[in-house]
Amino acid sequence: MADDEAPVVRFVDATLGYTDQIVWRGLSVDFPAGAFVAILGPNGSGKTSLLRAILGLTPMQAGRVEVFGAPPRRGNPAIGYVPQAQAFDRDVPLRGRDLVGLGLDGYRWGFGRQSSTACRQVEQAIASAGAERYADAPLGRLSGGEQQRLRIAQALVGDPRLLLCDEPLAHLDLRYQREITELIAAWGRGTGRTVLFVTHDVNPILDVVDRVLFVVNGRWATGTVHEVLTTEQLTKLYGSHVDVLDVHGRLIVVGETLDAGFEVEEAHHLPAIDVPPHGRDAKALP
Amino acid sequence: MIDQVVRLLGYDFAQNALVAGVVIAIVAGIVSRFVVARNMSFAVHALSELGFTGAAGAILLGVSPVAGLLVGTTVSALLIGWLGVRVRERDTVVGVVMAFGLGLGVLFLTLYPRYATAAFAILFGTITGVSRGDVVLLVAVAIATLVALAFVYRPLTFATVDPEVAEARGVPVRLLGVVFLLIMAAAVAEAVQVVGVLLILTLLITPGATAERITAAPSRAIACSVAIALFSVVGGIFLSLAINLPVSVFVTSLSFGLYLLARLAGRRLMGGRRDSDEGVQAAAGT
Repeated sequence: MADDEAPVVRFVDATLGYTDQIVWRGLSVDFPAGAFVAILGPNGSGKTSLLRAILGLTPMQAGRVEVFGAPPRRGNPAIGYVPQAQAFDRDVPLRGRDLVGLGLDGYRWGFGRQSSTACRQVEQAIASAGAERYADAPLGRLSGGEQQRLRIAQALVGDPRLLLCDEPLAHLDLRYQREITELIAAWGRGTGRTVLFVTHDVNPILDVVDRVLFVVNGRWATGTVHEVLTTEQLTKLYGSHVDVLDVHGRLIVVGETLDAGFEVEEAHHLPAIDVPPHGRDAKALP
Repeated sequence: MIDQVVRLLGYDFAQNALVAGVVIAIVAGIVSRFVVARNMSFAVHALSELGFTGAAGAILLGVSPVAGLLVGTTVSALLIGWLGVRVRERDTVVGVVMAFGLGLGVLFLTLYPRYATAAFAILFGTITGVSRGDVVLLVAVAIATLVALAFVYRPLTFATVDPEVAEARGVPVRLLGVVFLLIMAAAVAEAVQVVGVLLILTLLITPGATAERITAAPSRAIACSVAIALFSVVGGIFLSLAINLPVSVFVTSLSFGLYLLARLAGRRLMGGRRDSDEGVQAAAGT
């Protein structure tokens, strides 16, 4: 690509809000090509909305978003999307292979009879996700990790330039967390393409993440893991004292809550937002 | 008994019934796959009862009950689609609309000065009572429904089984929801001819639910569902001619019998995957 140097996604002074509430304001950040970016923050801080903005599903209240140098548009085939690991219904009328096929041409009208080229693409995507063993089994009978591998095959089958993942590790056990992370990171390394990875726990991806965007209380900070995930920085972002502890290479965030004094949070649960973001002035931290 | 069937098949009413029955079964078989996958049993039930209101209104006005039925289901589908935008609202809206519509139906019946044989027919189905003109209308509606289904088949499948990713890929998920309600309205108006308002689910749920027990491959499931609907309707018409009981008695019995068989056989066909997850996971590990 000629525009390899240009950022894949760029937010320019972007404000996201709903009728009575600002989620974040004045967000200006570039996601460079080829980076593995983690988007961190507690529930309700607008991480998923950020992905929806890139997908062209949520408009900004102010400012703008650029995807590959242009305004976002719905159904952009250059973007792959992996949703939260959420088990399919046991009786979902689908095999893994069909799920991957839908990722290739599910948006097309008609029956979409798959050509031999399309079948080969589906086959390759399944193989690259290591899901050949169970691609023909009923999807609903597979384990969460198996389903998630197929979801990644589904997202990658169209050969996207940008992969958006929304909590892809939620509800998975540690071994699958490692496998899925490695799968996504290996794709990014191998193709030199960009991954935006929304998560509430940075630990499973510590080894592969290049940059971090942390959003909370309408504020945000960006940089490397060790620039952003510090006691000082998170205390500023949260607006109350937060400790970041390094325990045998795992980062533990311990936060203060308004009602219960200090509360030790589990490593994968960032402190909840104390003050509703409503009316807060967002402050960009360097 | 067989002599009687052969003799009766010489009559127009039996031929009309068979032609209409085959066409209706094909539509019902396909639509029921989506009804089951989208969890829309309640909406089917409501559309058919509101179709009854339309038919009762038509009888009162002295026009074709079949046309009244079609108008009733279509208007209700639009009303439900318009009021019940979010999935969680849907059942509530369906209940609210159904209660009001059925009240109107009671009013129409009460206003009708004579004993409404036609209304009774709508409630319990009288495929052997359809006229040549009705058959033409039914075939036309069936063809329109099948064309619409063919056009939306793939995105509708995507939006049904995987709405989040479908939306991310630019599939108009909400619009397809309304389109499917309209397709359902046509299918309900058709199926009511065979089994009546009160037994509608035997054609719009049972075939799809049975197919789901046999296979997870989407195209095979549609084929199974159509085969089951055809067997139940055509078998029901023949048995009715032979034994001289209402068609709906046999259609409901045949489809229920097939469902039970599929439940018993399905365990073997689909495999007890839930119990053997561990094995598959181990095999999948790389």
